[in-house]
Amino acid sequence: MNESKQIIVVNDLVKMFGHFTANDKLNFSVKKGEIFGFLGANGAGKTTAIKILSGLSKPTSGKAIVAGFDVKKHPNKVKKNIGYMSQRFSLYDDMTVKENFRFYGGIYGLNRKEIREKTAHFLKKLDMEDYGNMLLKNIPLGWKQKLAFSVAILHNPKIVFLDEPTGGVDPLTRRQFWELIYESSAQGTTVFVTTHYMDEAEYCERVSIMSEGRIEAIGTPAELKEKFDVKTMDEVFIKIAR
Amino acid sequence: MSVPVNIQNISKSYEKVEALKAVSLNIKAGELFGFIGPDGAGKTSLFRILTGLILPDSGTASVAEMDVLKDFKKVRNITGYMPGRFSLYYDLTVAENLNFYASIFKTSLKENYDLIKDIYVQIEPFSNRKAGDLSGGMKQKLALSCALIHRPKLLILDEPTTGVDAVSRKEFWELLDKMQQGGITILVSTPYMDEASLCNRVALMQSGNVLSVDTPSNITARYKGQLFAVKTNKMHNLVTALEQVPAATQVYRFGDEVHVTSFHENDTVFVGLLSDALKEKGHLDIQINKKQAVIEDCFLALMDKNQAI
Repeated sequence: MNESKQIIVVNDLVKMFGHFTANDKLNFSVKKGEIFGFLGANGAGKTTAIKILSGLSKPTSGKAIVAGFDVKKHPNKVKKNIGYMSQRFSLYDDMTVKENFRFYGGIYGLNRKEIREKTAHFLKKLDMEDYGNMLLKNIPLGWKQKLAFSVAILHNPKIVFLDEPTGGVDPLTRRQFWELIYESSAQGTTVFVTTHYMDEAEYCERVSIMSEGRIEAIGTPAELKEKFDVKTMDEVFIKIAR
Repeated sequence: MSVPVNIQNISKSYEKVEALKAVSLNIKAGELFGFIGPDGAGKTSLFRILTGLILPDSGTASVAEMDVLKDFKKVRNITGYMPGRFSLYYDLTVAENLNFYASIFKTSLKENYDLIKDIYVQIEPFSNRKAGDLSGGMKQKLALSCALIHRPKLLILDEPTTGVDAVSRKEFWELLDKMQQGGITILVSTPYMDEASLCNRVALMQSGNVLSVDTPSNITARYKGQLFAVKTNKMHNLVTALEQVPAATQVYRFGDEVHVTSFHENDTVFVGLLSDALKEKGHLDIQINKKQAVIEDCFLALMDKNQAI
């Protein structure tokens, strides 16, 4: 029965680009509703793994089950059950806030009524009711990132992948963003997040740290700090990645 | 060798957005000066004005007592600039990019090799690789080498560590420290508050305003109120629980703790108030300790919350 509580199960996952091993036998699982921090140095293989887990890229060997579907056999079913946001790709600058909601709602197969209700719900929650008709390019980054997160969970995905969602965001908005993450997780959505802010690693229930294609450590922040006999996640990270 | 930078009442607007609101700063020769602030603070606009890439709406600025508008050619000759977005030629190799920048400034890689040696040795094995095929960290090192190739007296680095992992960030700052010792004024911007402590002085910026300018230790010493770090067995509910205590202000998550500021005259009474309120909410293993503020605490306190973006 334990298996049903695992929303992501990865077994011996390997991804090769020519002779280069980007992901070298990854093994880990993520529980339903968990906030899972996926950390690692630049070039450690995080983006490659996220692309595989979200059905955008096929593994060379090994297996990954995401939201109950094999990423190799049913990538489109995986995509329907997940949400995704990153700093680079989020919303369309030349559309208004509401148009972005309508566009993504449509892609995820929500009907007009659902889209209207969801848009109203999220704008109210973010205290942005007056900004629905503003073009996205005129909205400050911190607000944009909160909107992008809302759009990524518009279709009630089982898992939401967040790729450096808070990069360059001010310290207050960064904290507000994490409140959104907690809320979402409390409602049962699994949150899979990458960040370079080590204080944010502390906000995760469990984290994994990748280095050169392998997962070198996995556990709760408290477990990892104890294991490496240090006081902060920053020190854990530096011990592993340096 | 190194040069001072003077910024007087610089303002700049883009249509309705005021990117810089009468900013004035004096940076001393040889200083490692940090511009700390999130996206939209105005850091990039200020750097572009100093490098003569855009014009201010009003105000003046000088580098080594040369006006950045009137003497922009002279200023450029002594300035190395590394923009936030990688802007070298993707279809040129590492060596070609370096030689190109060297030739623009009428110098050569050979002539200034000693200057960039520490950085360049790390990318030299890939000197025949196209810049577009380099990893993020290597691109950053190439960009820095190109910015240094003409022995600038002023180095301007726009968010060199954004999106860079904690280890590479650490290494990059070690490099800056070494360069500063070689006698060069360095202006560097970053959204990472923890990097402030590595600068001689910093300007905390938000929405085109300078909130504070000083040494990192003076800024943190001026923190108003008494800061406490709180930990309990229920970290998820801790912020909400503390926010309901009337005496507690500026309640923010900080890694595995929550920071709370007190303006109560008696620390013991304040700790008692917190601890009682938390016990009532069912928190156990309550730890409340006095703490020295860090730059991020100061930034949060100085921020205009209505413009929190």
